[in-house]
Amino acid sequence: MSPQQQEWPLYEVFVRGKRGLNHVHVGSLHAADDRMALTHARDLYTRRNEGVSIWVVRSAHIAASTRDEKDPFFAPSADKVYRHPTFYDIPDDVPHI
Amino acid sequence: MLPPAKRATLIPNEWSVGKREAMTTSHSAEAPPEGPLQEHFDATIARDQRVEPRDWMPEGYRRTLIRQIAQHAHSEIIGMQPEGEWITKAPSLRRKAILFAKVQDEAGHGLYLYSAAETLGADRADLTERLIEGRQKYSSIFNYPTLSFADVGVIGWFVDGAAICNQVPLCRSSYGPYARAMVRICKEESFHQRQGYELLMTMMRGTGAQREMVQDAVDRWWWPSLMMFGPPDDASPNSAQSMAWKIKRHSNDELRRRFVDMTVPQAEKLGVTLPDPELRWNAERGHHDFGTPDWDELTRVIKGDGPCNARRAERRRTAHEEGAWVREAATAHAARQAARARKETVA
Repeated sequence: MSPQQQEWPLYEVFVRGKRGLNHVHVGSLHAADDRMALTHARDLYTRRNEGVSIWVVRSAHIAASTRDEKDPFFAPSADKVYRHPTFYDIPDDVPHI
Repeated sequence: MLPPAKRATLIPNEWSVGKREAMTTSHSAEAPPEGPLQEHFDATIARDQRVEPRDWMPEGYRRTLIRQIAQHAHSEIIGMQPEGEWITKAPSLRRKAILFAKVQDEAGHGLYLYSAAETLGADRADLTERLIEGRQKYSSIFNYPTLSFADVGVIGWFVDGAAICNQVPLCRSSYGPYARAMVRICKEESFHQRQGYELLMTMMRGTGAQREMVQDAVDRWWWPSLMMFGPPDDASPNSAQSMAWKIKRHSNDELRRRFVDMTVPQAEKLGVTLPDPELRWNAERGHHDFGTPDWDELTRVIKGDGPCNARRAERRRTAHEEGAWVREAATAHAARQAARARKETVA
């Protein structure tokens, strides 16, 4: 192995499967720069027409919520039942609502 | 493997995404209280939910996964060699193109899996080094030689067929990134198996010599393929824990039996004989009875004494070393482009 191994940075890859869909995270890869990351992503994640558009972003550039998904970070969304349409009682004979 | 503390600061990936933020919380600053975290983890597994990269997980779970995913990735990468040798010798442009695509897929599978291993804190360069230095294993099957073009067909049929048996249940593995990589891989394996079987059907419609080549390849690959499922259950010490963690969903023997049941009718259709005198249908059990693979041979091949172990490792090392200048040139190019871009911004 070469002594001063400089590893290419890690990129996260997002692919739009077809027009009308969001880009979805599909995995990651190493590349020297953005352009190489895009061509590698094409070769690695879209060999069979899996995508019409690719985003790549350095993994280190992504900010994320804290790691436990049960974190209190998401608590405020749990206690506001009035945000849901089912919270409101509407008589059955009212049409189109 | 780097020690956990070092991993946390060195490796930017899905696992460490947003790490700077996470580092300021108590999670990584000091050892977390394991009681509630362990309970939360156990409950996630019990509910059949997926464990995701930055969740707390027992160290044993992380280690087991890294070992299994890395071995799996290494197998895909080494697996490029036995068939890759036939790309230049394939008998038609059609077969060359197919083989090229298949070997490229194996590379892709290796990369999906390395990517999954990295979400657990493994380091890519470290994994490559472990493979080259023989400190991590790959599937014993790739230490057998490909002697004729029929071997290409039989590998697709048996080896990829066995891989499908192994991998389909792994699509429900408890670790999210591993399961997702397996979904992608399984979609592509089906092409591998079918191209192999079709190749063999074509040869079986050919000359007597071609049919003999197919039978010879079947005779050589059958037992090593059965060994791909690993040692028998009573000699597989890690299996129980892996199944409790839902990393694995079926035992080695169960998967092996499934592969035999699946393959026997395919062999009949093809017109070849599987080299096992004990192989017969057992109506009572609803499965085939079959002979016992030579487990000593499996142990020898795993320990490094197979027909091609040294050659496979050497080839991988050479490829890595000969590719060094490409990696360095790309790094230098990227650095210069970045410097130029900075200058333009300033100016």
